[in-house]
Amino acid sequence: MLGEGILKGMAETARNFIGSYHDPERLTTVEFPEKRIPAKQNARNFPFLVYDGVDPDMGLRCVACQICEKECPPQCIYIVKDAAKKPDYLGKMQFQPKVFDIDVSVCMSCQICVEVCPFEAIKMDTDFELSNPDRFGGLLQDKHRLSRPNEYYHKIHPTEASEVDARLAAEKAKAEAKARADAEAKAKAAAAASTAKPANPPQPATAK
Amino acid sequence: MMGDFFKGLLVMIWRVMTDQPDPKAEFLSVFPGGLQPLVSAVLSVSPIILVFATLFALTTWLERKGLGRIQNRLGPNRVGPYGLFQPIADGLKMLTKEDIVPRSADKVVHFLAPIAFLVPTLLAYAVLPYGRNLVPVNFDAGILFFFAVGASTELSIFMAGWSSRNKYSLLGAMRAIAQMISYEIPLILSSVTVIMIAGSLSLVEIVEQQGGYQFGWLPGWFVFTPWGLAGFVIFLIASLAESNRSPFDIPEAESELIAGHLTEYSGFKYALFFLAEYLGMFAVSGLAATLFLGGWRAPSPFLEWVPSYVWFLSKLVSLVCLFIWIRGTVPRLRVDQLLNFAWKFMLPMSLLNLLAAAAWHFTATWNFIGAGPGRWLLCAAMIAVPYVLLGRALTGGKKWTRRTYRFAE
Amino acid sequence: MDSTVYAPESKYEILPKANADGAAEGELLEVAMGPHHPSTHGVFRMDVALDGEQVVKLKPVFGYLHRNHEKIAENTTYLGSMPYTDRLDYFCSMTNNWAYALSVEKLSGLQPPERAEYIRIITAELTRLVNHTCLVGFLLQDMGALGTPLMYAFRERETILDLFEALSGSRLMCNYMRFGGCRVDLSAEWIGQAKTAVERYPLFLDAFEKLLTENEILIARTQGIGVLPPELAVNAGITGPMLRASGVNYDIRKADRYGIYDRFNFRVPLGDHGDVYDRYMVRLLEMRESLKILDQALRDIPDGPIMDPKAKIRGFRPKAGEAYGRIEGPKGELGFYLISDGSANPYRYRVRPPSLINLTVLEDMCLGETVADVVVILGSVDIVLGEVDR
Repeated sequence: MLGEGILKGMAETARNFIGSYHDPERLTTVEFPEKRIPAKQNARNFPFLVYDGVDPDMGLRCVACQICEKECPPQCIYIVKDAAKKPDYLGKMQFQPKVFDIDVSVCMSCQICVEVCPFEAIKMDTDFELSNPDRFGGLLQDKHRLSRPNEYYHKIHPTEASEVDARLAAEKAKAEAKARADAEAKAKAAAAASTAKPANPPQPATAK
Repeated sequence: MMGDFFKGLLVMIWRVMTDQPDPKAEFLSVFPGGLQPLVSAVLSVSPIILVFATLFALTTWLERKGLGRIQNRLGPNRVGPYGLFQPIADGLKMLTKEDIVPRSADKVVHFLAPIAFLVPTLLAYAVLPYGRNLVPVNFDAGILFFFAVGASTELSIFMAGWSSRNKYSLLGAMRAIAQMISYEIPLILSSVTVIMIAGSLSLVEIVEQQGGYQFGWLPGWFVFTPWGLAGFVIFLIASLAESNRSPFDIPEAESELIAGHLTEYSGFKYALFFLAEYLGMFAVSGLAATLFLGGWRAPSPFLEWVPSYVWFLSKLVSLVCLFIWIRGTVPRLRVDQLLNFAWKFMLPMSLLNLLAAAAWHFTATWNFIGAGPGRWLLCAAMIAVPYVLLGRALTGGKKWTRRTYRFAE
Repeated sequence: MDSTVYAPESKYEILPKANADGAAEGELLEVAMGPHHPSTHGVFRMDVALDGEQVVKLKPVFGYLHRNHEKIAENTTYLGSMPYTDRLDYFCSMTNNWAYALSVEKLSGLQPPERAEYIRIITAELTRLVNHTCLVGFLLQDMGALGTPLMYAFRERETILDLFEALSGSRLMCNYMRFGGCRVDLSAEWIGQAKTAVERYPLFLDAFEKLLTENEILIARTQGIGVLPPELAVNAGITGPMLRASGVNYDIRKADRYGIYDRFNFRVPLGDHGDVYDRYMVRLLEMRESLKILDQALRDIPDGPIMDPKAKIRGFRPKAGEAYGRIEGPKGELGFYLISDGSANPYRYRVRPPSLINLTVLEDMCLGETVADVVVILGSVDIVLGEVDR
C-alpha cells in the first residue's frame, strides 16, 4: 500500500529520537573537550624518544644509528650524530644524536620507525592536541621536545612498556652474567699466569 | 489619564488571558475617537508579529535539536543553556553578512523579491482565529482571503529567480513555481471540502461548527470523520510542498547542481526569505489546525479551563514538530516524480474526497439501525478503495517492484 | 597532440558538433558538476551536456587528488610503500594492505602462517562491512535524506573502527599487514569485542532495512535508474558489487580462492536488473554474508605465529620477476602489479584501482537520465577519489 514504507521509516526515526534520551547506545556523542574517551592501549599518533632515569640527555636510549631516518617513508626524521659518546643502559659507550628533528606535519604515523629501531628508543605517542599557530616551524619537534621519560611510556602503553622493560632487563642480566663469566675467566687466567714458571711465556688470555 | 491608560491596559490583558469577549473596549476608550481604529489595528497586529517572530526563532532551535536527536547526536548546546541562544547567534550572523548583488542583476526586482514574499505571508495571519475572541479581522470570506494572499507569494519566487540573471536560478525558480502551483490545487480542494460541510467561508464560523462532543468524549473536529481525515492528510502533504519542506525541498536544498532561486541572496535578504518561509509554514499549519483540528477548541470537556489560545498554539506547534519529523526521515523526490504525484494522485484523491464529504452530508439524516457505523463505512470505502487503486496505478507495474535476489554458492 | 605546449581543452569540446542546420549548438546546456560537490565523493568533476533535463553527454574529469603514488613507490622500499597503500582507498585500508602484501608474497615466495590468514580474513570482512555501511549512508545523503541514515551508519562504523584502533593503533590508516603475515597479534579480549560487534550488527542492518528498503521514495528514485547491462559490464572490466548487481556471477573470493576463503561457507548475492536499487541491495546482502564469514572465522581461529619466519623487515630484496596479486576488495578487484629487479625498491609498481575502472561506464549509465539521477548513479558506483587518482 502506498505510504506504508514511509510510515515504517518514521516509526524507526521516532524510536531513535526517544532512544537518544535514555539509551546510551543510541546517543554516542562525547562532548569533547569536557569529556574524553580514554585512549586505547595501542593507539598511535606521532613518535617520541624514550629516556631512562631523570636526565633526558644522559638517559636517552637513541644511539643515532639513523636506521629510522633511512626507513621513514616520507623522510621526516633528520638526525645529526654527535662526536661525543655516552654510556647506554649496559654501560657501553654509544653515539648520541646532536640533532634529532621530526617534522610532525610530514609524519604519517605509520610506525615503521618504531618497528625498525633496534634500541627501543623511539615509540609512538598518543597526544593529538598539537595544533600550533606557527606554520613555519611550529610542528618541527626537536630532540628536547621529543624526549619523554620511561614513566610516561609506561603510562600510555603499559603492556608494551612492561614488555620492553622486561626485555631490556633480560639483556642487561645476560650482559652482566657474561661480564661476570668473563671476569672470572680472566681472573683464572691471570691466576694461572702468575702461578706459572716465570721462564714460560705467559699464556695468551682466553678469547672472550 | 495615565491611570485610566494603565487600568485599561491591565483589563485588556486580563480579558485576553481569560478568553472574555471584546477585550479592547475599555482600553480604546482612553484614546480620542479618531485614533481608535488605528490603535485597535496596532493592538491586533503587534502581538501576532511578536509571537510568531519568537516562534520562528524557537522553531529554528527546535528543528536543529530535533533533527540532531533523530540522528543520534546532540543539537546545538554551547550557546546558552541547551543552545537556546543559537537563534540569536544565527540572527547576528545573518545581519552582519555582506549583501552581495550581482552586477547584471535587475536591482529593483532583486530588492523587492524578499519583501514580496514576506508581506503577503504576514497578511495571511489576519484571518486566523487564535482564540475564542481573538481574531484580528473577521472576514466573511476568510479562507478566500488566506488563499489569495498565500498564492501571491509564489510570484516572489519567480521575481527572485528572474532578477538574478543566472540561468541556474531561473531554472530553479521555474521548477519551484511548477511545484507550488501544482500543489495549490489539492490544498484548496481539501479545504473546499470543509467549506462545503461547514457552509461558510469564514474561519470563525468553521471553528464554531466543530464544537460539541460525540459519545461524550470524542471532539466534533472534522478530522474525526473519514473525509476529514483524508482531507487533513492531503492538506498536510500539500502544505509541505507549498512551504518547500522536505521531501519537496528541491528549490531550497542543494538541488544537485542548480542551487535554486536563492543563489544570489546573502545576508539580510536571505534571512528575510528564510523568515517568510517559516512564517508561511506556521500560517498554513494554523489553517490546518483551524480547518480540521478544531482551532482553539479543547479536546476534552475536562480540559476546557485551559485558555483557547494555548490550544491553538499547541496544535500549531505539534504540526510543526510533525513537519520536522518528516524532514528528518524521508529522502527527496525528484521534480518530475513530485509533479506526477500531485497531478495523478493528490488531485483525484481530493476530488473523491469532495464526493465522500457530500455523501457524509446527505446521509446525516439516516436514522435506521446501524446508521452511524454504516455512514462511516460508506464514506471510508469511498476514500480507501480509490486510494489503493490510485496507489497501485502510481507505482505502476514496471518500476516499483518488490524484488527477491538470487545467490550463487 | 604533437605540440610541446599543453593547451587546456576547450570548454566546449564535449558538445557534439553542429549538424547541417546548426541546430545542435545553443540548445544544449553545458554544466560542470564541479569539484566542489554537495555530495561527498571527493574532488571529482563531471562535464555534463543537458538537453532540457536529460543527459546527452557526460565526461568525468578526475586527477584532482593525484599524489604520485606509483612513482613514489619506485623510490621507496617495499615496506615503505605499505603505509601509502592505506591511503589509496582510505575507507578500506586493511584490504589495500592485504592486496599489496599478497602481491609481494607472490613475488618473493613468502607464505603467511594459518593464524595470520584467519586474521587477514577477519579484518578484510570487517572492512567490507565498514565500506558498505558508509556507502549506504552516503547514497541516501545524496538523495536528500538530510543525513539521518548517514548518522546511523557512522555510529555503527565507529564500533568497527574502535576494533581497528585497538588492534593496529590507528582507526583508518592501519598499516597492519606485513609480507608474510600481520604485524600485531590479536588478544583474546579483542576477539571477544569483535564477537560482540558482529552479534550486534544484524540488529543495525534490520533497523536500516526497516527505515529504507520499503521506502517508496527510495524505490521511486532508484529502481530503473542507471541500468548497466551485463555484457557491457563484462566488456568494460567492471568488478565488484556493480558487476554482481548486473547478474554476472564473478567474485574473486570464489574464483581465485586466495587466502583461505575456500574454508568458509558463504554465498554471493546477484541482482537481475543492474540498476541503482540492485546495487544497493546487493551490498546490503553482502554485508550479511560477511557477518557469516566473520562468525565462522572468529570461532575457528587457531593459535600460532603470525609472521613467516623467513620474512625480513629491513633489507628485503625479492628476486627479480613480476607478480600480480588481486583481492575482492569492497569496491571491486583491487590488484597490484609489481616488477622487481632484485633491489630494495620495485622497478614498476602499478595499482589496478577498481573505482577508476568502474567509472569508465558512468556515461553509458547516465545517458537519458535526468540530472538529479546522475548524482544518485555516481553514488551507487561507490568511488573513492584516493583510489581513482592514486
